[in-house]
Amino acid sequence: MRSISILPLLLLLLSFSIQASFETYEFSTTHNEMRYFKLSKELRCPTCQNQNISDSDAPLAADLRRELHRMIEEGYQDDAILDFMVSRFGDFVHYKPRIAPETYFLWYGPFALLFGGLSVVFFVARNRRLRAAAQVSESPAATNDVEDTSVTSALTPEERARLDRLLQQDKNL
Amino acid sequence: MRKFWMFTPFVAFMVMGVFLFKGLFMDPSKLPSALIDRPFPSFSLPSLYQPDQIMTELDFKGEIALLNVWATWCPTCKDEHEQLNKIGLEEGIPIYGLNYKDDPQLARAWLERYKDPYSKVVVDRDGRLGLDLGVYGAPETYIIDQHGIIRYRHVGEVTEKVWQQLKGLMEIIATEEDV
Repeated sequence: MRSISILPLLLLLLSFSIQASFETYEFSTTHNEMRYFKLSKELRCPTCQNQNISDSDAPLAADLRRELHRMIEEGYQDDAILDFMVSRFGDFVHYKPRIAPETYFLWYGPFALLFGGLSVVFFVARNRRLRAAAQVSESPAATNDVEDTSVTSALTPEERARLDRLLQQDKNL
Repeated sequence: MRKFWMFTPFVAFMVMGVFLFKGLFMDPSKLPSALIDRPFPSFSLPSLYQPDQIMTELDFKGEIALLNVWATWCPTCKDEHEQLNKIGLEEGIPIYGLNYKDDPQLARAWLERYKDPYSKVVVDRDGRLGLDLGVYGAPETYIIDQHGIIRYRHVGEVTEKVWQQLKGLMEIIATEEDV
């Protein structure tokens, strides 16, 4: 009994951000309605700049919503609608700018940077490995332990003796 | 060669720094017009002076002129009106008006009160033409050449400084038309 009375109250808590728009439009199909909500979130309001047209209460955003509704109901495809908006307000109006020569940097720049960074890492790592290998081949006497020789081969016998003494001290601690 | 590579992070940093520094002084509310060098969008809307007379884009052809988007609800339009009076009435430059999402009655009263620098005014009550023009904030001022092609767009108030710039552009357009 108790749980039944609480259900309507819980239903009251349900709200949809999608209904935050200011006017309601009738759509002939649910598919059109979904397209309207999708596109009105993708289009940026040119006046307020950091809101999409479904969030903005600017008069221009209302005009754009009206136009969007009209075009969807008249059967325009998404691409045609975006073309319509971009040809008036520029690429700025779409939160996901299309791929064109002006936007190549925007779209491919991060990948170019990633590739550049990876190749730097690769070359540095390879150089280091080559230098280590070169040092090993320079001192053929020590072939048993690669890591050790790369350090110790640069030491004179006196330094070597001193290093051994110091290491011995550590062990005695 | 190694020395050269050592400096690349520094060079990259400098290049980025220059761009970001430049960005500090750019106005993000200025959008490039998508309609530059394109013909004025076609329309057929009533004139403000004779509401029964329908104007079309052909009315904006014939001479190099300014097109000013204005409304009585727009405070900046009031600020720039005096400058427009000077351009239109004293210097005799043709200015077309686009009365944007406004009440024509209020618009007529406004022009009576503050003087009328416009040679023609078209009434765009529901903002359809404004939308086709990509208007996103009145006032906006365009330069239209004699073939009815949009050549320049200024968003915001027309001050004396802006006017001198527009005037220079109009003179350049006038000389290229002669050729």
